[in-house]
Order: sequence, then C-alpha cells, then structure tokens
Amino acid sequence: MQQYALIMRHEDGAKLASPEQMQEWMKMTMDWIGGIAAQNKFVSGTGLPFDGASVVMNSGGSKVVTNGPFGDIKETIGGLIVVKAESLEEAIAFAKGSPVLLGEGNSIEVRKVASDDSTH
Amino acid sequence: MHQQELIPHLFRTEFAKINAVLIKYFGFKHIELAEDLTMETFAAALENWPYQGVPEQPRAWLYQVAKNKAKNLVARQEVFRNKIEKQWVSEQELSQTGEWSETFVLDQTLQMMFAICKPEIPAESQIGLALRYLCGFGIEEISSALMVNIETVNKRLFRAKQKLKSGNKTLEFPAEDLLVQRIDNVLLTLYLLFSEGYHSENKEEVIREDLCFEAMQLTEQLLLHQKTNLPQVHALYALMCFQASRLKARKSEEGTLILYQDQDVELWDQYLIAKGVSHLHIASQGKLLSKYHLEASIAYWYTVAGERVEKWENILLLYNKLLVMQYSPLTALQRTFALSKVHGVRKAIVEAEKLDLSDNQFYHALLGYLYETVDPAMAEKNYIRARNLAKTQKEKSVLQIHIDRLNNLH
Repeated sequence: MQQYALIMRHEDGAKLASPEQMQEWMKMTMDWIGGIAAQNKFVSGTGLPFDGASVVMNSGGSKVVTNGPFGDIKETIGGLIVVKAESLEEAIAFAKGSPVLLGEGNSIEVRKVASDDSTH
Repeated sequence: MHQQELIPHLFRTEFAKINAVLIKYFGFKHIELAEDLTMETFAAALENWPYQGVPEQPRAWLYQVAKNKAKNLVARQEVFRNKIEKQWVSEQELSQTGEWSETFVLDQTLQMMFAICKPEIPAESQIGLALRYLCGFGIEEISSALMVNIETVNKRLFRAKQKLKSGNKTLEFPAEDLLVQRIDNVLLTLYLLFSEGYHSENKEEVIREDLCFEAMQLTEQLLLHQKTNLPQVHALYALMCFQASRLKARKSEEGTLILYQDQDVELWDQYLIAKGVSHLHIASQGKLLSKYHLEASIAYWYTVAGERVEKWENILLLYNKLLVMQYSPLTALQRTFALSKVHGVRKAIVEAEKLDLSDNQFYHALLGYLYETVDPAMAEKNYIRARNLAKTQKEKSVLQIHIDRLNNLH
C-alpha cells in the first residue's frame, strides 16, 4: 500500500460564498473523506483556509511578503489529504469522488508520497 | 437494609477498596496476601455482626478491622521484614496512618485502576483483573459474566496477576505529565468492560447489565477525583448513560434482543438520557475532542426518537469524523447505515461494496438490509452469507427470520 497526497486546487477560493453553500460543501467534503476513512484508507488531512494566509516571494532580489497574490495566479490550494491506495488508479478514483471537482475549473493533483521504506 | 443484604452489598462496594489499600501497604508482590486479608475482614464481619449487631458505621468497622489485621501481620513479620521485602510498610508507619478517610480510600482505588489498565497488560486480562480487583467479583461471578468456565478464569487471572506484579511495584498515580496519556488506557478498559456487557450479541446471553453498571460506577469514581475529573472522562460517562438508557427497551421478555427501530420508546430511561446530556455538556467545555466525545454525540442522537433528517445527517457527520480519528470495521458499517438514511439505499450499497469486509457477518447483514427494497434476491443471498458466518444460535435465528420473510415474497 502506497500513500498519495491529493492536493485540491480551486479556480477561485472566494467563490464559495453563502453560509448555506459553505455548510453544504462541508457536509459533502466530510462524506467524501468519511467514505475513504470507512475503507481504512484515510491517512491525514489539512484544510488551508484563506484567512491567515501570506505569500513570501522573491521580487527583484528581495524577499517580499504579501497578503497573497491569489489573484495573480489562476488557482489556489484549498487543502490536501493523504490517502492509502494500492495503485495510482485507486488514488485517482478517490480524487474523482471529491466535491471540489463539482466546481468548474477546479482540479486535484494526485502525488505519490515518497516513503523511506522501498517495500511499500 | 437488612443484615443478610448488607454484607453482600458492602462486599460489592468495599472489597476492591480495602484490597487496594492493603496492596498499597504490602506492594503488588504480595497481592495474594492482600486478598486473603480482605477476605478475612469480611469473614470477621460475618462472624461478629449476627451476634453483636451491625455496627453503626459498618464501612468504618471494616476499614478498622482490615487495618488491624494488617498491623498484626506486619508485627508478626517485622523480624523478617528487612530480609523479605524492603518496600513493606512498617508497623510504625501503619500506626501513624489515622482512620482510612474516603479520599484516602478513593486515592488507592483509582491508583489500582491505573495499575491494571496498562498497555502492557492484554485487554482480555485487564477485563478479568478489573472485575476481580475493581468490582470485587468472585471467580464464579467472573466466569458467568464473561461466559467462560471457572478453570479458564483461574488460568487467565493467574497469568494476569503475574503481569500485574511484574508491571507494578507499589500503588501510585502516574506522574502528572503521563496522567493524560495513561487515563486513555483506563478509559479504554472501562469502555471495553461496558461494551462487554452491552454488545454481547456474540454470546448466548443477550445483555449483561451488571457489567454495564459496574463500568459506570468505576467511571463515576474517576469523576470524583480532582486528578481524573477530565473532559474525556465526562464524555465516556455521557456515552455510557445514553447507551444504558436503552437497556430495558432492548430486551424482550424472552430475553432476546430487540433492535433499535423496534424498541418501545416509552421504555427509554429519560433520567439517564438527561444525565448523559449534562455530562456531555461538561465534557464539551474546553478544546479537547476525544473519540468518546464523538461516540457520546452519536449516542445522544440515537436517544432522539423518530426519523428526522437532521438526526441522521448529524449521525453521519459524526461517524465521518470518528472514522477519520480512528477506523474500525463496525464504525464503517454503522456509517454506511447512517448514509443510507441520509442519501438512500442505492448510494449506500455502492459505498458498502467498497468496504472490503466480506468476512464480516455484520457486513452481509447490512447489505441484506440495504438490498431488501431494491433487489430481494441479493438481500436473501447476503442474509444467508451473514447467517453462515454468525457464531451463535441466537444470531443465526434472527437472520433466519429475514431469510424466511424474503422467501415468502417470491
């Protein structure tokens, strides 16, 4: 069994507007994660809220801190979860179930997590 | 209370306490000695009370007798003491301890809980030790509570006692920084003890309420002590209250198990439910969210009668969180059941089939239930699978009822 990180990217983080929508989205996300956990394949998860976010970047040789150039780049990372899967295909199937993909233009990047133990 | 009831009652409540204090005096190495003296103390009560009458404060009487017996023993052994056992309490120390106060006794009882509930001691042994040294059960009682024969109980207890001795020297509270970690083990043992009584569908006997109430009493003792009056302890206690509120409603007159949806709501114990709510409320003050918080919240929603959407949505959400915190096949199945209530059976079937639990009888029983309305043939197939995997006659016959009912439909 190998671990994979599912990195969720939103087209525009600010789009999730109304509290009702937020709540509905939270429920769907928990159902999605619960479904993976019910198969004993959930490892960890972290939400990445936009408040308390900064970007440190190299601008003309000096390090500049901004509140986030979330407008400059097209996508922002909304969160990530790590799952266990037998294969990349299985990890992709997990990703396909995510409610993040209900939003047009959103994407999930699936990445194998490097492990020290080569037998994994 | 009459004398003939009083002694058994005191035995049940005081055996473990007296035994714990004596272990404090002699160390775990001499646990048998402590047990003998405790037994002798009760024997003394049986010999004296019928003639001299029950003392005004029977508990204090017992404590005094136990203490005197310890003192005499120590005096007899004092000569050898330095050679035998350095940790042994001295006669002088014994004389200096005043009357055994309630707090003193509670201290020792809780320390005994910590001594037994150590990760090094296998869960099975912990339950046996808990029944003997925390609940004061005799060998015969343990045998009938755990549905194993007396010989097995003796063997298990013997081995468990060796573990107890090798894992502990004296009776003490874990250091402050270890306490929170160690209390998890204590709670797990109490939780297992409660579950042993509550989820005994695997056994021929349906519900053994005694075990549930013993586990609750021990949890209450934890709540009495400042060191162990912690949010997760309140959460576990709330969980037990909610579960125990249905004990009466779960059992039919013939002693068979009545399923949740078929229970008479009037029989749910509203007092216990209210008690659970108040402890869950205390548990929720603070930031800690333990697995018991989630389980107690789920158990709370189960005490809400009826089929409101909100109820099952909350239960599903809590199961999702619980699974993220800690996976167990049973939780995965319960979550799938809740999912069927919120999103319908078709979606639940798809989710259930991903679970990879085909060796699990409850998995097939759940699939049987889910398929009933959409595909009766599949339902029957799954119920048969579940029946073949079931371990007891009682379970098999409950599943057979479903199979027969589906058969009558064709």
